[in-house]
Amino acid sequence: MSSNSGLTHGVNLDALDRKQDVMNINDETICLETKSLKLFYGDKQALQDISISLPEKRVSAFIGPSGCGKSTLLRCFNRMNDLVDNCRIEGEITLDGGNIYDKNIDVANLRRRVGMVFQKPNPFPKSIYENVAYGLRLQGVKNRRLIDEQVEKSLHGAALWDEVKDRLHDSALGLSGGQQQRLVIARAIAIEPEVLLLDEPASALDPISTLKIEELIHELKDNYTIVIVTHNMQQAARVSDYTAFMYMGELIEFGDTDTIFTNPGKKQTEDYITGRYG
Amino acid sequence: METRGHHISQRFDAELEDVRNRVLAMGGMVEQQISQAITALAEGDTKLADTVIENDIQVNRAEVAIDEECTHIIARRQPAASDLRLMIAVIKTITDLERIGDQAERIARMGLRLAEKERPKNQYGEIRHIGELVAKMVHDALDAFARMDAEAAVEVARQDLKIDQEYDGVMRQALTFMMEDPRAITRMLDVMWTARAIERIGDHAKNICEYIIYLVKGKDVRHTGIEKMETEVKR
Repeated sequence: MSSNSGLTHGVNLDALDRKQDVMNINDETICLETKSLKLFYGDKQALQDISISLPEKRVSAFIGPSGCGKSTLLRCFNRMNDLVDNCRIEGEITLDGGNIYDKNIDVANLRRRVGMVFQKPNPFPKSIYENVAYGLRLQGVKNRRLIDEQVEKSLHGAALWDEVKDRLHDSALGLSGGQQQRLVIARAIAIEPEVLLLDEPASALDPISTLKIEELIHELKDNYTIVIVTHNMQQAARVSDYTAFMYMGELIEFGDTDTIFTNPGKKQTEDYITGRYG
Repeated sequence: METRGHHISQRFDAELEDVRNRVLAMGGMVEQQISQAITALAEGDTKLADTVIENDIQVNRAEVAIDEECTHIIARRQPAASDLRLMIAVIKTITDLERIGDQAERIARMGLRLAEKERPKNQYGEIRHIGELVAKMVHDALDAFARMDAEAAVEVARQDLKIDQEYDGVMRQALTFMMEDPRAITRMLDVMWTARAIERIGDHAKNICEYIIYLVKGKDVRHTGIEKMETEVKR
């Protein structure tokens, strides 16, 4: 409480004030940034001149109709599009100020810093433990105790530990869809990335598992910058701090989620989130 | 007024349209309550006053029904952006409409009491005058709501200043009468209560104008003054 004047008859009047912690992009540290990003699949241009700044340790959501380019944009951030033939990029993408398309960039190292989770949970056909330890082993970590610690920490971080602690060496494929997705998130955070890219992480899950994933996202943002692509607008409204609306390869509007969902600036955004024809 | 596209869900469109229409119907009911209450008082028509008092139940019922419909829409459709603002604006507007209804009922009750007393030469012309002003204000507010016209809403809100001035005039006049003739005190107290009820209706109508600005512009202009309302609307 800021002053004594806020206390009248034992009631804290300051608590009734308007919430002042409204998100403002100008107060944020920028983690990921694109400048005039254009992306072509062969002759077809999939992203049109996109400039966006995603803040650190916040959840940014990309929404828009199918084919609008939101997953394509997401995949640019860890150069997953390199794996697509005929894919060509113009413009610049920076992570903490460094251009990720620079010649000297080690792509494997970039993907360690920028983890990704997909729509369908894709655990490896190994034990729960080995799934989480996989990235560490790949990095050459051999110390058993270190791996044990990191596996437990990651499973805690993914809110899965209590459910699997007694069967760490059972196959990961025996877990439910929601548990598998949290396992994949545990695998992603085990190697301590800076950024987590989530591509429709809950669209194959039931409502309860979806809520668990959303709750997890909320907890993870203390430590990670999170970018999520979702078709579920209510989900974007629930989990994100900032929302970007994309349409036909263009970034139409990017702003704090409260504003986007109560008073968007562009008519196209309004039409999309209220479910109207353009 | 901006043109709005249709929802992909036509049922959702129909539901929103229905809520809007019900608010306007409730508004029409309230407008009639005001004008009948004023007429009943000015003309000493006790039968009309009784009708107004009875009809207040209908106004209350309308409020409950619209509230319920809004709750259903929020639960089932999770409206966003302008649809969400419409729901919030409607829920707030009908609260003020219901309170306007209560004030009309109060005026009708004053009418019943004054009908038993000696009638002034001017037949309560000053009450009739301020009553007409406030009835017009409520009408114009509902009109701005129907057309989703934020600029008109500011103009309507401005009318409240005029009503406040008229109210002060009625109060001063009543005080003068009471000083001149103490036997008139009980009657003049009723006149003052009536003027007060009419003035309150103006405040409620102004609130409705603020909700219209919120609905159309997405800006909360409550407790900010008419100049701020104006700048937000022009922005």
